[in-house]
Amino acid sequence: MIATALTFAFACFGLALLLNLWRVVRAPGVSDRVLALDTMVVNVIALLVLYGIQQGTAVYFEAAVLIAMVGFVSTVAYAKFMLRGDIVE
Amino acid sequence: MVWDLLITGFLVLAGVFGFVGSFGLVKLPDPMTRLHAPTKATTLGVGGVLIASMLFFATKQGHISAHELLITLFLFLTAPVSAHFLAKANLHGDRPEGLPQPEGSEWATFSPGTDTAAEALAETGDAPPLTPPEGRDH
Repeated sequence: MIATALTFAFACFGLALLLNLWRVVRAPGVSDRVLALDTMVVNVIALLVLYGIQQGTAVYFEAAVLIAMVGFVSTVAYAKFMLRGDIVE
Repeated sequence: MVWDLLITGFLVLAGVFGFVGSFGLVKLPDPMTRLHAPTKATTLGVGGVLIASMLFFATKQGHISAHELLITLFLFLTAPVSAHFLAKANLHGDRPEGLPQPEGSEWATFSPGTDTAAEALAETGDAPPLTPPEGRDH
């Protein structure tokens, strides 16, 4: 039962990742692309944790934490670039 | 058996929320509503996955790990911050047409002429000159 639910969740987050990729390629504005990249990071975290459940190891949590941190910093950097035209002034 | 049902429920809930968040990112009409969809729904989706993971490792493997709590805490702290930054960028940059005007004042973004604190700093001479970044028209 858990295996089936895992497959379902994998499919959902994979589809969500594809939708985000579509949004990165085709977006009406720059902020939409940045938002899509941010959402991609969140979906990848979910996929990593799901893979950790499937394999039964806790190794992937470290990777998830690292991706969460790098994703947050990159989103803030992109937003700062959009706001001011520069990152470090 | 009960734990299996609970884990399955959380996994399905998380999958549905994660998909709905990204679908809203594609489907919703204007930038501010598009900002709403992933920041709300996807953090709930990841929250569901992390709760399922905690229950799974606690019941099946017999060890309780705090990594999930760490990820949850970090995501729930950073998601509003990045959403606020993106909302600021939306307000400041290519402003959407249908954006309602706040009563009595302008939206709280930096703009020369209305930012009196920055002008006061510029008069004393210890602040950079009040030129907006290139490519902006206000």
